Amino acid sequence: MELLLQTLVSGLLKGGVYALIGMGMTLIMGVMGVINLAHGQIMMVAMYITYSLFAIFGIDPYLSMAIGAPTIFVLGAAIQRYLLNPLMRIETILPENQVLMTVGIGMVLTESMRIIFTSDYKSVQVSYSNAVFFLGGVSFSMPLVIDFFLAVAMTCALFWFLIRTDMGRSIRATAQDKEAATLMGIDTERITWITFGIGSAIVAMAGAMLLPIFYLYPDIGGPFTRKAFVICILGGLGSTVGAIFGGITLGLAEAFGATYIAMEFEDMIGLVIFIIVLLFLPGGFKRLTGV
Amino acid sequence: MKKHTFGIVIAGILAVAPLLIDNDYYLHLMILALMWVVIGSAWNLLAGYTGQVSFGDAAFFGTGAYTAGLLHDHLGWSPWWGLLFGPITAIMVAVPFGWICFRLRGAYFALATLALNEVMRHTATIMDGFTSGMAGVMILQSFTSKIPYYYIALALAILSVVCVMAVMGHRSGYYFLSIREDQDAAESLGIDTHFYKMISLAIAAGLTGVAGALYMNYMGFIDPEVVFSLHDISIMAILVGIVGGVGTIYGPAIGAFVMVLAQELFRTGGFGVITSLAESTGNASMITIANNMTQAHTLGFGILVVLVIRFMPNGIAGDWEMLVKAVTKKR
Repeated sequence: MELLLQTLVSGLLKGGVYALIGMGMTLIMGVMGVINLAHGQIMMVAMYITYSLFAIFGIDPYLSMAIGAPTIFVLGAAIQRYLLNPLMRIETILPENQVLMTVGIGMVLTESMRIIFTSDYKSVQVSYSNAVFFLGGVSFSMPLVIDFFLAVAMTCALFWFLIRTDMGRSIRATAQDKEAATLMGIDTERITWITFGIGSAIVAMAGAMLLPIFYLYPDIGGPFTRKAFVICILGGLGSTVGAIFGGITLGLAEAFGATYIAMEFEDMIGLVIFIIVLLFLPGGFKRLTGV
Repeated sequence: MKKHTFGIVIAGILAVAPLLIDNDYYLHLMILALMWVVIGSAWNLLAGYTGQVSFGDAAFFGTGAYTAGLLHDHLGWSPWWGLLFGPITAIMVAVPFGWICFRLRGAYFALATLALNEVMRHTATIMDGFTSGMAGVMILQSFTSKIPYYYIALALAILSVVCVMAVMGHRSGYYFLSIREDQDAAESLGIDTHFYKMISLAIAAGLTGVAGALYMNYMGFIDPEVVFSLHDISIMAILVGIVGGVGTIYGPAIGAFVMVLAQELFRTGGFGVITSLAESTGNASMITIANNMTQAHTLGFGILVVLVIRFMPNGIAGDWEMLVKAVTKKR
C-alpha cells in the first residue's frame, strides 16, 4: 500500500512538470499547426543557461528563471521569425519542411552545447536537492514538491494570459482560424513568433525546475521532445487543458512502469501509450472533454 | 530511351569506375554512396512521391541488417541470405506499423515513424539474448577486396532506381501522386488510400532492408546504436532525399553522393587538408578549427539541414534550373 502511494505521489509530482513541458509544445502546435521537434532541445539550452548562471554566479536555479526564460523567449521568437516563417512562403512538394527544419535546429542546438560544455554530465547541487520530508510514511522530494506547485502556478498564469489578455485572445483566435483572425485585424505573423517564444519560455522554466533533479548533458533534449509529443498526443493536439491531463498521465505511467515492471522500460512506456492512444482514442483527451 | 540516357551514362561510368580508381578509401566512399542511393530512393518513394514523410528509415535499415547478422549467428546461414530475408522482415515490421499509423496524417505520421525508430532501437538493445544487445553482431566478411562489394552495391542501387521508376510508371505510381497531392480527393475518386500508402511503405521498407543487409555484409559489425541511429541513418536518409531533390527519380542518387562526400568532409576535417595546414603553419587558430571541425561534424550536418531547407527546399534536381540561372546570371 505504501509502495502504491509512494509511486502515485512521485508520478503525480513529476507529471506536473511534464504538463508544463507539454503545454509549451501544444501552444505552438495549436497556432502553427506544426510540431516543434526542437522542443526538448530548447529546454536543454535553457538548462545549460541555468547551469552556467549557477556555476559562475551561484544564482539559485529557481531565481535564474527570471533570466533564462526571457533569453529563451528571444531564441524561440527568432527561430520562428527568421527560420520557420519564411518557409511558409516557399512552394515545395513536402509540407513537412517546417518539421524537418525543427529537427535541424534541434541538432544544431545539441551540438553547439556539446562543443561549449562537452558531453560530461553536469548537475546543480543546491542545499535542498536531496531534501525529503515525510507525510504518513510517504516521502516527498523537496525540489519535486516545489516544482509541482510552481508548475501549477505557471499553468494558472498561462490560462489567465490566454483567456483574459488581449494578446492571449489573439493567440487563441489565430489558433482557431488564421484567415478569420487576419481579417479581424490581427497580425498573425507576429502572433506566430510571439507564441513560439512563449512556448519556448514555458519549457525553459520547466527545464530550470528539472535541473536540481536531473543530470544535464547535451543529449537530454531528444527524450524530452519525445515525451512532450506523447503528452500532446495523449491530451489532444493543440489542447492546453489536454496537455495537463497528458502530462500527469505520462508521469503516473512512467512511475508505475518503473515500480511494477522494470526500470529499463521507463522510456518505452511513453511510446506504448502513444500507440495505444492512437489505436483506441485517436484525438486524445480532447475528444472526451471537448476542450 | 532518350529519357533514360542520363541514367544509363551514369551507370556506365560507375561500372568502369573501379578499374580507374585503385584506392580502397575512395572505393569505400563509393560503396557507401551507392548504399545511400538505395535508402534515398526508398525514402523518396514514400515521402517524395506518396507524401508520407518518414523520420524512421533506420527502423527498416536496422531490421534488414539484424536479419542478415542473426541468420548467421543463430542458424549459421551465410549473411548474404540477408539480402533476401532482410527486406522480408523489414516489410513484416512495416506492414503492421503502417496499418496502425497511416490513420495519422502528415507530420503526425512522421512522428510515429520516429517512435518506431526508437522502439526498434530499444528492442534490439533490451533483447540481448537474441540480438546480443549493445555488444552487437559481428561476422567475417566474405571478400577482402572491395571490388565485389562495389558491384553488388552498384547492382542494388541500379535496381532500386529502376524499381522506383517502374512503380512510378505503373498505375499505382499515379495513385501515390494523387495521395500526395490531395488525399481526400484521391479517396473520393475511389482510391483505397490506406492500402496504397501501405504498398508504398512496403516497397520503401523492403529496399531499405536490402540496404541494411548489404551494410551488415560489408561492414561486418553492427550494434543498435549504429544501425538504428536517428541522426546517422534516419536524418541522413531525409537529407539525401532533400539535397538531391524530393519527388525526382535521380535526385536521391545525386543526393547520396553529395551527402556522403559532405559527411566525409566534415568527419575528416576537409579530408585532412585543414589539419595538415594547421600542422605545417603552426597557426594557433588553424589548429583550433582543425580540432573542432572533426568534433563538430554533427553540428555541420545540422547547419546543412537548416540551410538546405531554408534556401534549396526542392534539392539539386528539383531546383536545377534555378541553380543554373543563379550561376549563369553572375557571369
